[in-house]
Amino acid sequence: MSGTSPERPLIRHTAGGARNLAVLGVMALLAAVLIGGTWHYTQDRIADNAARRTLAELSTVLPASLYDNEPQKDVILLDTGSGQPLPVFRARRNGNPVAAVVTVIAPDGYVGPIRLLVGITASGKVLGVQVTRHTETAGVGAAIAAAPSTWRETFVGRSLDDPPEPRWTVRADGGEFDAIAGATVSSRATVGAVRNAMQYFRAHRDEIFARPASLPKEP
Amino acid sequence: MTEGNDVNSGRSTGGLAALIGICPLLAASTTFASGLALGVASLVVLCSSNVLVSAVAPWIAPRVRLAAFLLLIAALVTAVDLLFAAGWFELYGQVGLFVPLIVTNCLILARAESFAAHHGVWRSLLDGLGTGLGFTALLGGLGALRELLAPGLLVAALPAGAFFLLAALVAFRQLWLRQRGAA
Repeated sequence: MSGTSPERPLIRHTAGGARNLAVLGVMALLAAVLIGGTWHYTQDRIADNAARRTLAELSTVLPASLYDNEPQKDVILLDTGSGQPLPVFRARRNGNPVAAVVTVIAPDGYVGPIRLLVGITASGKVLGVQVTRHTETAGVGAAIAAAPSTWRETFVGRSLDDPPEPRWTVRADGGEFDAIAGATVSSRATVGAVRNAMQYFRAHRDEIFARPASLPKEP
Repeated sequence: MTEGNDVNSGRSTGGLAALIGICPLLAASTTFASGLALGVASLVVLCSSNVLVSAVAPWIAPRVRLAAFLLLIAALVTAVDLLFAAGWFELYGQVGLFVPLIVTNCLILARAESFAAHHGVWRSLLDGLGTGLGFTALLGGLGALRELLAPGLLVAALPAGAFFLLAALVAFRQLWLRQRGAA
């Protein structure tokens, strides 16, 4: 600062310390007011934006013509025991359940976990499958997340009776589903996760639609 | 910084002249839009931090100056981060990760320490504007360059490409300065 001499002693008397403390306290207060005020003013917009993004994601596995509620807000969080609650979005028409979008994580991807959205009708048929997060190898396993994907379309319309449950896996394991060439591990993980989502939905269908909504916390 | 008492008009951008604050350049300049977005966010932080620092500097002893300025800058960056997420959501999805890192951009602390702390509010605002516009132009320009080159030249899309292009820009600037000096 101009005007202070460089030979100023390193340690000053305590009055200066108390004054510095007060100055820093005022600055901290100023910072808190600034952040708090901005947060107060922006939180609704940020939550809206996040809900819009969720809806855009959901729309790939849930045709908008099916429902008349706001599935991005009609959410329950499933505690999977892994410490990471998975959201299930519920679509209703005239208050009656028509479909649900189950978030599911395949822990056994080639590189890492694969996060999926699986749209399922109330009668237990697949509406669509979307990969929302993965770390599979670019150009190989990453093909599971390609958009649009004719491979993921092979799930559409399937149920746990079609094919029968033991055949809900890739052909290499004696199943019904083709694996993407060169990406058998990623494909196997994806098919398995979709099957898990279907099985979970079948076992807990009524409970899933009956539970009161809990808005998910945004990451 | 060597600018001393002159308001930084943006002609001598901190990024190219002093190679200050280039961290975000490398990660967030893959496209024109993301470069521009991060540049504008930095510009807003620079202007407001310069104004606030120049306003409070007379009451702050040198010993706690750094802590006080960093506190202010961090609060401003958090506020800008929230505003960005609320108003510019699509872009925020791409560069949002780098907005909080503006706190660590030395360019902002450098202008606060070397200029705003010794000058009035008005001149500090002008300095923030000049520095910020220069930085934004550099980020946006580098983003545009990488976006244009990436389809044919894969390296331009990679972080290493940002180093090469930045080096090229610095070299061209030196060449231009030397030729102007020789003429």
